[in-house]
Amino acid sequence: MALPPPDPQFVLRGTSAAVHTLHFSCGGQEPDVPVLFSGSENGFIHVWNLRTHRVDTALDGHGRKSVYCVETVGGKDRLLSQGRDQRICLWDLAEGRTSVMDSVFTENVGFCRCSLLKVAQGRWLMAMAAKALEEVQVLELPSKTSVCTLKPEVGAKLGMPMCLKLWQLNSASQPLLLAGYEDGSVVLWNLSMGKALSQLVCHQEPVMSLDFDSEKTKGISGSSEKVLSIWSLNEQQNLQVYKTHQLVNAGISDITIRPDKKILATGGWDHRIRIFGWKKLKPLAVLDYHTATVHCVSFSDHKNPGERLLAAGSKDHRISIWSIYTQT
Amino acid sequence: VCFIPGGMDCSISFVSHVLGKVCVHGRQNEILSILVPRLTDLTQSDCIWQRICWRLVECVPDRWMEAVVLGFVQRAPRADVLSRLLGNLVVKNKKAQFVVTQKLLLLQYGHTTAVLQNLLGYLSLDSCRRALLIKVLQELLETWGSSSAVKHSPPEQQQYISKAILICLSHLKEAEIESCRQELLTGMMEGVKCHLDSNLPQIRRLGMIVAESISAKIITDGPVLKFQYEDDDEARELKSLLVHTPPSCVVSSLPDDDRNEKADAALPLVLESNKKSHTAAPVMPDEGSDAELDSDDDLIPYDMSEDKELKTKAPVYIRDCIEVLTGSEDVDKWEATVKALESLVRKNPAATREVNVELAKILLHLEEKTCIEGFVELRQRAQVAVLTTDPIPVAKYLTSQFYSLNYSLRQRTDILDVLVLAAQELSHPRCHGKTKQSGAQKPCIHLLPGSESSKDWRRIVDERIKSKTRRFAMGQSQVELASSPNEFSSVAGYFFFPLIQHFDRPLTTFDLLGEDHFVLGRLVHTLAILMYLAVNTVAVTAMGKALLEFVWALRFHTDSYVRQGLLSCVSSMLVSVPAERLLEDLTEELLETQSWLGDVVEKDPDGDCRRLALQNLLLMENLKKKLKTVPS
Repeated sequence: MALPPPDPQFVLRGTSAAVHTLHFSCGGQEPDVPVLFSGSENGFIHVWNLRTHRVDTALDGHGRKSVYCVETVGGKDRLLSQGRDQRICLWDLAEGRTSVMDSVFTENVGFCRCSLLKVAQGRWLMAMAAKALEEVQVLELPSKTSVCTLKPEVGAKLGMPMCLKLWQLNSASQPLLLAGYEDGSVVLWNLSMGKALSQLVCHQEPVMSLDFDSEKTKGISGSSEKVLSIWSLNEQQNLQVYKTHQLVNAGISDITIRPDKKILATGGWDHRIRIFGWKKLKPLAVLDYHTATVHCVSFSDHKNPGERLLAAGSKDHRISIWSIYTQT
Repeated sequence: VCFIPGGMDCSISFVSHVLGKVCVHGRQNEILSILVPRLTDLTQSDCIWQRICWRLVECVPDRWMEAVVLGFVQRAPRADVLSRLLGNLVVKNKKAQFVVTQKLLLLQYGHTTAVLQNLLGYLSLDSCRRALLIKVLQELLETWGSSSAVKHSPPEQQQYISKAILICLSHLKEAEIESCRQELLTGMMEGVKCHLDSNLPQIRRLGMIVAESISAKIITDGPVLKFQYEDDDEARELKSLLVHTPPSCVVSSLPDDDRNEKADAALPLVLESNKKSHTAAPVMPDEGSDAELDSDDDLIPYDMSEDKELKTKAPVYIRDCIEVLTGSEDVDKWEATVKALESLVRKNPAATREVNVELAKILLHLEEKTCIEGFVELRQRAQVAVLTTDPIPVAKYLTSQFYSLNYSLRQRTDILDVLVLAAQELSHPRCHGKTKQSGAQKPCIHLLPGSESSKDWRRIVDERIKSKTRRFAMGQSQVELASSPNEFSSVAGYFFFPLIQHFDRPLTTFDLLGEDHFVLGRLVHTLAILMYLAVNTVAVTAMGKALLEFVWALRFHTDSYVRQGLLSCVSSMLVSVPAERLLEDLTEELLETQSWLGDVVEKDPDGDCRRLALQNLLLMENLKKKLKTVPS
């Protein structure tokens, strides 16, 4: 007899706006407090203290325009945030400071979240949607120099890039970029040559979100239709569809694979969070707490597996924190 | 007939006389079936034989010329053959010219498309004759465009003329089109207006196709006229006439069409197979080979039975529905309400009665806010549900709105459709609380836009005449339908009389007897159906009398759709009103109607009208016979 799905461990209230992005930073040693960063539609980035469940700091750096991506750049003292004011801001949060160190003016009015990848000590690559409609630009941080601009070939009609993921097989190999586009295809780009290695049409509707497991070279993408598409990369660097999974209701806004690659979570337009096993995409749970679209899901990076959490931010202004499948 | 070639000077006039006489006596087929193929072969390459043939036909006396020319035109397999056989006969002989350019094209319309193609192709093949071709086109266009011709000539003739115009267009050269461009344009504009004004969809479509073709020919740059119409075999056949097949091809356009269609079908198949090879084929990994221990097995799934499709809830109360439909901005809720409304109305008759007129008003004015499938049908069903739940006040409201200012034609015809559907529902016996169609014999009256209710009419009336008993149960296992009082009988008057009251009073935006003859046609058909459904009700005789007066006032209406409706009214009246009542109360009117019907059968240009009038006369005969057999 299957157990009923669990309730959230706790719920964070107080953003007073729809929550668009979440990022955990819990890997620090004691006495560091585990924190959760959240970006909202009113332009604020809230830093939540996961012990007291209260907001420690609120960062206002995007002119009250919606913040749709937050990520830490090497530890929780450096934060990167991307907003609808066409800026990507780099924050310095060490020792209680809350200042914007640097910013990049992207000139892009879309919603595509940027993607970060650490390539060397102190050096990161950041992929973001560029000014021109179909292009993706890769910058090196913190120098902000452009590494390459990825342009699809003329007549490809991919549309806007919707979601990006930078990855590399191991620290020695070339970084690669996976980009999901408006026409429903996922393209694998080689950054050093600036060329597309493979393109796969996995959806009929725009790809809303994707995530990739570099160990198994398998990825998953969700779109506005009822299908989740799992694809893999073979030895020739070609993308192939591995499997598809039908959902009950259409629309996925975010997908994320847990760092231990055992489970993945999807946030849907039907207000529900679904948990699947990553190996075979076995449906494990449907978490029904929110009363509006779930915009983002994120797994924590706790060192202790038993403390791992899943957070989901929704349009109903709440962030739900769940503790699920922490025993494995 | 065998001639000795050589340098001999023969006189063929004797042969011409014989030919002419034979043709005029009606033996065209026999003599020409032998003569024409022989002459075709002989004139193929031999100039002398061509000359002989020409002399042959030229010498036929005028009084027999028509028969001969007609025979040749019908017999010749292709236009160039006709050209070889007749030569420039049309230019040299006045009678022949009259037959070819006027009689065959404008005065007769029974010939096949092949004959038309031969004729017009023949005219186009020689430079002397091309002038005639242009003249012919202008005359055809004039006839096509005259509004009286469109209204009074039978649809078959109009189709014939349209075909002739299309074939002429296909033969015209650029220079000729240039010279008469202006006339073509004016002719087309006038003609398309008359055609679109007609009530019969067939005429409208003919007008659209011809106008499109003409505009395609004369407008070389810039946007061309394009209409939307049903593209069935008839339309395709007409359009294929525009493609000028060169003389060496087979004459009739239909085999060409088949070949073209097959070529078209082959192309998409090739394209599709190309496309398939481009998209990456999904690679399904062999499930059985995955033998490694699945760590996923450690993860026990939770109960997911609550995971169902997300649906916006529709309101459960009628007053909530009204609120959502009138005020709400929430489109999901609006959609859900529209879909749920009919069943809610039927389940809560008491609640509906409280808000009946308000709900009817909202539904009448309801516009499509989002794109729902079947919106028109949903709205109509909801309106019918409201009307059947509380017939009298809602019928009063709807009939009064029918004659009010500032409604669109769609809304007025909506009112008529809803009244008919509700009347149908009310007059059916309800079996176990559900309304079901009883057995296969009862025909459904579908009144969604685009249907021809006159066709259903004939079926209904035919069945009524033919069947002696109305069988409700088919097969042994069917339960006999429980009988229940006819709910339509108490309200039939409220449906019928207000509709008939103000038809001759024009309003500023609505003039039934003037421009809005389309609505008049629909109104007349609606009255016919209401009359039919009122059988066995108390008010039926009064309705019959009022209907007959109405029909009498409108019997000479120019629109054939309206006339068909009037004749259906008479049929339903004859069928519904009991025979005794008909004879006692309506004797003089019946006699007058009978003489009018006789007139219609003989002189009405529309085939459907004549058929309906004949049916009515038959009904009257049956009536007389029935009464004679009843012992008085």
